[in-house]
Amino acid sequence: MADILGGIVEAFQLIFTGDPEILGIVSRSLLFSGTAVILAILWGTPLAMLIAMKEFRGKTVIKTFLNTLIGLPTVVLGLILFLIISRGGPIGFLGLLYTPAAIMIGQAILVTPILVSIGVSAIESVDPEIMSLSKTLGASESQAQVAVLKEAASGIILSDIASFNRAIGELGVVLLVGGNIVGVGNRTDVLTTAISRNVQIGEIGLAVALGILLVIILFTINIIVAVLRKANYIVELAKAPYFRLKRYRETKQ
Amino acid sequence: MMVIAELKDVTKAYGNKIVVDAVNLQIREGEILALLGPNGSGKTTILKILAFIENPTGGEVKFQGKAVNFKNTEKERMQSTLVFQKTTLFGTSVYNNIAYGLKIRKVPKETRDREVKKALEIVKLEGFEKRNATKLSGGEQQRVAIARALVLKTKLLLLDEPTANLDPKNVGILEDVIDTVNRENKTTIVMATHNMFQAKKLPHRIALMDEGKITEIGAPAEVFGKLSKNLARFAAVDNTFTGTAKATASGTSKVDVGNGVQIEVTSQKQGTAAVFVNPQDIILSKTAVESSARNVFKGKITEISDLDSLVKLKIDVGKTFTVQITKQSFNEMGLCLNAEVFITFKASSVQVL
Repeated sequence: MADILGGIVEAFQLIFTGDPEILGIVSRSLLFSGTAVILAILWGTPLAMLIAMKEFRGKTVIKTFLNTLIGLPTVVLGLILFLIISRGGPIGFLGLLYTPAAIMIGQAILVTPILVSIGVSAIESVDPEIMSLSKTLGASESQAQVAVLKEAASGIILSDIASFNRAIGELGVVLLVGGNIVGVGNRTDVLTTAISRNVQIGEIGLAVALGILLVIILFTINIIVAVLRKANYIVELAKAPYFRLKRYRETKQ
Repeated sequence: MMVIAELKDVTKAYGNKIVVDAVNLQIREGEILALLGPNGSGKTTILKILAFIENPTGGEVKFQGKAVNFKNTEKERMQSTLVFQKTTLFGTSVYNNIAYGLKIRKVPKETRDREVKKALEIVKLEGFEKRNATKLSGGEQQRVAIARALVLKTKLLLLDEPTANLDPKNVGILEDVIDTVNRENKTTIVMATHNMFQAKKLPHRIALMDEGKITEIGAPAEVFGKLSKNLARFAAVDNTFTGTAKATASGTSKVDVGNGVQIEVTSQKQGTAAVFVNPQDIILSKTAVESSARNVFKGKITEISDLDSLVKLKIDVGKTFTVQITKQSFNEMGLCLNAEVFITFKASSVQVL
């Protein structure tokens, strides 16, 4: 018990003193998972649009497959990726194993099913008439698709957030392809792997501090998104004086 | 008269189901044409084909003299717009909804602002720009949808049951808008409706539709004058009854339409018959009037709806009749729901189909 209490006390000391070791781990976590989600968005969003908007055979099979992939144990995915990128694997020559790039790609692959799955249901829940509506108002096929995507925006954002949550809190893939490398050069330890290592070496205080930070990060990001979604009109409001000024200048000219 | 759009033997099928069956139709520039027919008669599909958002399975569509290639209708779509029956709005502000088509057309912001403002004035929603469109009332939403179409000033404006599910006040506003836009902007309007009153009041021509075919087309008076047999099939048509006819000794016939209601008609008829009484030919009174009219029934007012200067009443006399009177008469008679009234009409004003 004393261990735990001591750990918590130490944790807060580390957090509030802005320990460089902790800062490094946190920023790596944010950078790796953020990049991973952006990567996943780049290929996942078009994929979600394709699955949701096009009618083709085997659509249900693909959707079921994606839903199953969400539940795939991360260790299994990590193992598969390890075998692919390790020296003897098909793309082993790229030397990706135990690099930040491997972590980012691994996490991106890991979150793709979540991103696509939630994205597909968000797009499918948009009133099917929106497509026809945009077209009858003059939109081209792609402009109409953008209109549908805009209607699905809150669901799409949710899928992005869920993906980020999954990526930053993930251990298996990162451990297997990232290697939890500490020391000089390209460090690959992130919040989850650092927690696991520090528990193993008895650094409970550091582990607890990192755990607390991980939870704080998750909460903060989710709160920011919630507030931003509500505050959209505040942004519009803030823009108003600028446009008024612009119009005033234009009329003067 | 210039023809703006033309359907030649246009057919549309979904799988085995034919919804539009070899329709030939010319739409004249500047007219209001109403497609009148029951649900599922193909009205909406014809509108979608005219909006170039649905491909016909067969036949040819001409727009402004040129055959339309349905593989790429982007250019034509700029000139024809459809307002759906089910109001569909983008989940954003009223301004963004109405400005959508203008943004697509790359209209500069200054002009856009002005046009949106004007369109909102036409549909009597001044100052609604910043409101969230999806939070408006049903009638207001439909008016936003109309404004969104009007602002584009397309050659062809297509309206799918624009006033269905609206309260009389909004119906009145929308009918005014349709009339004004047609007269002042010379916009050609094709509207689907199953509202007989609207079909008689607004359009220059009516096309009766049934089971994917146009069965009758012409000026309202013409079409309503020679009520074809199709009309009796319209579930939505008021005052159409079917029953068994029996000749009477005095040379007329009585059609028993059920619930103890027997309608006397002038023609000699035996067996199954369908009859139609024009709502305007029915006299409404608070007491039984002594007259030469052969049909007098006592009943209760079950529904009152306001149609601009007219009032439409439903009277239950065992069967429900629709009666149309002027607002002035309505006010002077002091009528209200459940009030007991008499309806009277001549045997000669009953049309046997």
